[in-house]
Amino acid sequence: MARTMSRRQFVSRAGTLAVAFSFAPALTRGFPVEVKAAGRPADMAIDSWLVIGPDNSVTIYSGKVDLGTGVQTALTQIVAEELYLTIDQISFVQGDTSQTSGDRGYTAGSQTIQTEGPTLRIAAATAFQALLGLASQQLGVPVEKLTAQNGQIAITNNPDSACTYGKLIGHQQIQLSSDPNVAVKDPAAHTVVGQSLPRVDLPDKFMAKFPFMQDLTIHGMLHGRVVRPTGRNATFVSLDDSALSAIPGFVQVVQQGNFVGVVATDEWAAIQAAKALMVNWQQGAPLIAEADLPQTLRDPANIYQTAAAEIAAGNVDDALSGASTTLEAEYFTPFQMHASIGPSCGLADVRHKPDPITGIQATVWSGTQGVYPLQGAIAELLGIPTAAVRVIYVEAAGCYGHNGADDAAADAALLSQAVGKPVRVQWMRQDEHGWEPLGPPMAHTLRGGLDSHSRVVAWDHTVWTPSHSGRPSGDQGNLLAGQAIGALPPALGSQARTGGRNQPVNYGFANKQQIEYSVANYAMAAGATTSPLIYSYLRTSSLRSLGGFSNSFANESFMDELAIKADIDPFVFRMSYLSDARALAVMQAMADQAGLSGSKPPAQSGMLSGRGISYLQYENNLAYVAAAAEVQVNPTTGAVQVTRVVVAHDCGQIINPDGLMHQIEGNIIQGVSRTLKEQVTFDEHGVTSVLWAPNTFFPGTPHYSILNFTEVPTVEVVLIDQPTLDPLGAGEPTIEAVPAAIGNAIYNAAGIRLRTIPFTPDRVLAALANHTS
Amino acid sequence: MAKPHKHTLSVNGTKQVVFVDDDTEPLLYVLRNQLGLKGPKFGCGVAQCGCCTVLIDGVITRSCVTKMSALADGAEITTLDGLGSAEQPHPLQQAFIEEQAGQCAYCSNAMIMGALGFLEGRANAGNRAVPSEDEIKQFLSGQSTTPPFVYLCRCGSHPRIVRAIQHAAQGMVH
Repeated sequence: MARTMSRRQFVSRAGTLAVAFSFAPALTRGFPVEVKAAGRPADMAIDSWLVIGPDNSVTIYSGKVDLGTGVQTALTQIVAEELYLTIDQISFVQGDTSQTSGDRGYTAGSQTIQTEGPTLRIAAATAFQALLGLASQQLGVPVEKLTAQNGQIAITNNPDSACTYGKLIGHQQIQLSSDPNVAVKDPAAHTVVGQSLPRVDLPDKFMAKFPFMQDLTIHGMLHGRVVRPTGRNATFVSLDDSALSAIPGFVQVVQQGNFVGVVATDEWAAIQAAKALMVNWQQGAPLIAEADLPQTLRDPANIYQTAAAEIAAGNVDDALSGASTTLEAEYFTPFQMHASIGPSCGLADVRHKPDPITGIQATVWSGTQGVYPLQGAIAELLGIPTAAVRVIYVEAAGCYGHNGADDAAADAALLSQAVGKPVRVQWMRQDEHGWEPLGPPMAHTLRGGLDSHSRVVAWDHTVWTPSHSGRPSGDQGNLLAGQAIGALPPALGSQARTGGRNQPVNYGFANKQQIEYSVANYAMAAGATTSPLIYSYLRTSSLRSLGGFSNSFANESFMDELAIKADIDPFVFRMSYLSDARALAVMQAMADQAGLSGSKPPAQSGMLSGRGISYLQYENNLAYVAAAAEVQVNPTTGAVQVTRVVVAHDCGQIINPDGLMHQIEGNIIQGVSRTLKEQVTFDEHGVTSVLWAPNTFFPGTPHYSILNFTEVPTVEVVLIDQPTLDPLGAGEPTIEAVPAAIGNAIYNAAGIRLRTIPFTPDRVLAALANHTS
Repeated sequence: MAKPHKHTLSVNGTKQVVFVDDDTEPLLYVLRNQLGLKGPKFGCGVAQCGCCTVLIDGVITRSCVTKMSALADGAEITTLDGLGSAEQPHPLQQAFIEEQAGQCAYCSNAMIMGALGFLEGRANAGNRAVPSEDEIKQFLSGQSTTPPFVYLCRCGSHPRIVRAIQHAAQGMVH
C-alpha cells in the first residue's frame, strides 16, 4: 500500500489519537500518560507510533521489519485484542527511515514477538484507556459502566449509546505516551490472541500480487551487475571494456578501487555486459585452506580475544582431576550459508544533490534487517550526510540472518551514484552463494567428569570461532562495496562473545565453565585506516541462532556421550540435572509424543534405525525446547534419512498457534538440512560451492545443496501455552536442538558418534569402518 | 532502432508481441521486465530451484534457461499471475492459503506452477488419481520427471506445500 503522507503529518493530523512508544525496552518505562493538545509528548526516545484514525483504522509506524516469518500477523493480533478490533483494521508502516524514527536495532535473534509484543500491547492498551476516558466524558458515565465491542464503546446494556473510536476522537488531535502501568486485558478474556488467524500477506504472495524486493521497479530505473574479484583478497589491475559497446542497452562501466560494475538499460544487457567485461585482477594472499579446518581455528596465533561465559560454577579443573571417569570430545561445524531462495536485490536512486524540500539525496530500497544501521553505512559509502539518505525496507526472500541484502543495496547505491540514475542490482546465484556473509565455522572441545555414582561433577566447553557479528552498523567497512573501495571493517575485538549463544548449559552441574576464543578472519596493519584488508578466512556474520546451532550440537551430543558412559538412559540422565518445572514439562511432553518409553523405531529393510534426543533453553533463559529425532542409516551407502522429528516447545504465551507451529516446523527442516547436507567449500581464493547442485552450465563446479522434499522428515510439534506469561521468540530456538538429536539418533542406530557437521554419507561410512575394524 | 527479434506470444490468454535485441535472452527477463509479471522469479539462472517456473503449452518450463529463440510463434505461456484472483483463486492457490503453505513464500511460484503442470500432466495422461504424498515429494525432488526439475524451499514449509498440493488435487482431478 503506497503511503504518501509522512509520519509527522500523520500523527499531528486532527481527528487522530496517537500513542508514542519505543521498542527500546528501557525507554518504555516511567512516562505517565499525558494528554496534550499537540506537539511531541514528554521528552523521550520515541521510535514508533500507534495512530487511530477517524475511520477506526489503526496504523503502527515502526522501525522494525517483518522478515517473511509472518510475525506481523501475530503483532497485529496483539493490537486488535487490546483495542477490540479485527486484524484487517490494523496496518503497519515499517522500516522506512523517513516515516519511522530513532530505532537503531535489527529484526533478528528471534526477538520480535518477545520484545515488540508486550510493547505494542501496552501502547494499544494506552490508546484504549484514553478512548474509555473520552467515552466516559462524552456519555456521562464512569468507565466501569462502559463496554467495548467491535471498535465501539457503549454504556453497558445500552447499544444505542455506542460511539466509534473515530467519533470519540472527533476533531481533537490527541497525543499520548505509552503508559507502562496501564491495565491490559485479562488473558482469559482474549478472543484474538491465541487464535490461528491466517497470515495477512500470504494470499497476495500466492496470487503473484505481492511485490518482493526482487520485484520492485521504479521509473527510469537501470540495471546493474557487479563483476566480483577473482579472489577474496584480489586487487584490481585493469579492465578491457571493448566488447561492451556492441551490447544494445549497455550504459557504463563503473570502477572504483576493487569495485567493478556495469550498468545497462536492460537487465539481460547488464548480465551480458558483466560477462563480456574483461578485468585483470591480481591475486592476493591465500585464504587458510579448508582442509586445515578445524585445526587452524585452535591455533593461538589466530586468536584475538578470550572470554568466559557468566554462567559458571565451582572449579572445573579440580573436579576433573577428582573424577572417577573423564571424557573429552571435539566437535566441528563448517562455514554454512543463509542460502536464500531469492538472491539479494537492492535498488538505489542517488541524486547529484539533495532534494530541496526533503533533504534526501539517496533513496535506497532493501530487504535489510535494519534500515537505520544500513542508512548510516550507505551515507559513509556515498560520502553524504546520514540525514540525506532514506532507506526503505521492502520484504525480500527469507534471509535467516544477515545475508547479502545490505551488500546488494550498497552495490546499487555506488552504481547509482556513478551514473546519476536509479539502479537496481539483482545478485546472481553465484553472487549470493559466493559472497554472502557466512555463518562461521566453530570448533569445540568438551570435557566432562563423572564421579563413582556416575553423576556429572565437571563440565567444560571451549569454543573457537570467528565473529558472528558483521552487520552494517552504520559503518561502510561492513559492506562488501565499502571494503572494495578501501574502507575497513571495525577493529577485531570490538564485540565480545559473538559466538557464545547457548554455550552454557542449564543442567545443574556443580562445576562448569565455558570459554570462547575469538578467531581473526581478517587482518589490517595496526592503526590502519585504509586498505589493505587481508582476509584469512571468508567473511562471516550472523546466521540463524548464531553460535547456538553449533554450541547446542556440541553440548547435547556430549551430554549423550556422558549418559552412555554413565550407562544411564539419555532422557533419565538429562532429567536428573533439570529442576525448572517448565524444562521438565517440555522434556516430558517430548518423551510422551515421541514414545521414548517404547522400543526403537522399526528399521526399514537393510537399514539401521535409531532415536536421539536433545534439550536446550534458548539463550539459557528464554524458550524451552526438547526434541527427538528418528533416523534410518544405510550401512552400505552411508546415507542418513531423518524420518521423524518431534519437538515440544514452550515460548510463554502463544499469540498465533499455527504461525508458531510453522516457525518451529521451519526450524526443524532447516536444521535437518544444515545437519545432513550443508557445507561451504572454498579454495585459497574464495567460495567454490556457488550452485545448488551439479550443473551442465558450470561443469565441475562444487555445490551447496539444501534439503529436497524426499529428505524432509515427518514433523510433530507439541506446543505448551503459558497464557499468563509474556511471549518469547520462536524464530531460532528449535534449530539449535536439531543436530544433536540427529547425531544421537545415529549413535543409537549404528553405534557411531559423528562429531563433524554435516553428517555426509562419506563421514558415516568412515565412522562405520572405524567402528567395525 | 527497433529491436530485431520479434515474438508473438500468448501470455495468460492475452496476445503479446515483444521484441528483444538478443534472441538468447531468457524468457524470464521478458516476462518480468517487458510484461511486468511478478509470478516467475529469478532464483538461480540455471534451472536448479524452480523459482522461474512457467507452463508453455502446458509443459513445465524453467524460464530462466529458456531462450526466446526457442519459443514457437504463438506459444501459450501460463504464469502464476494468470492463475486466479483473490475473488476467484485457483484450487491450488486456495489450498495454499488453507494450508498456509509458505513462510517467506518466495518459492510459491515454483511450488504452485510446478504442481499445476504436474497435476494437469497426470490428468492429460489419463491418470486421474489423487497423487500420494510420496508421489508429490518425488515430483518436487525431480525424481519422477525428465528433465529432473528440483523445487527448493528454504523456510521449511515442505509439509504444508505437499498437503496443499494434495488437497488441491482432490478438487482438480475430478
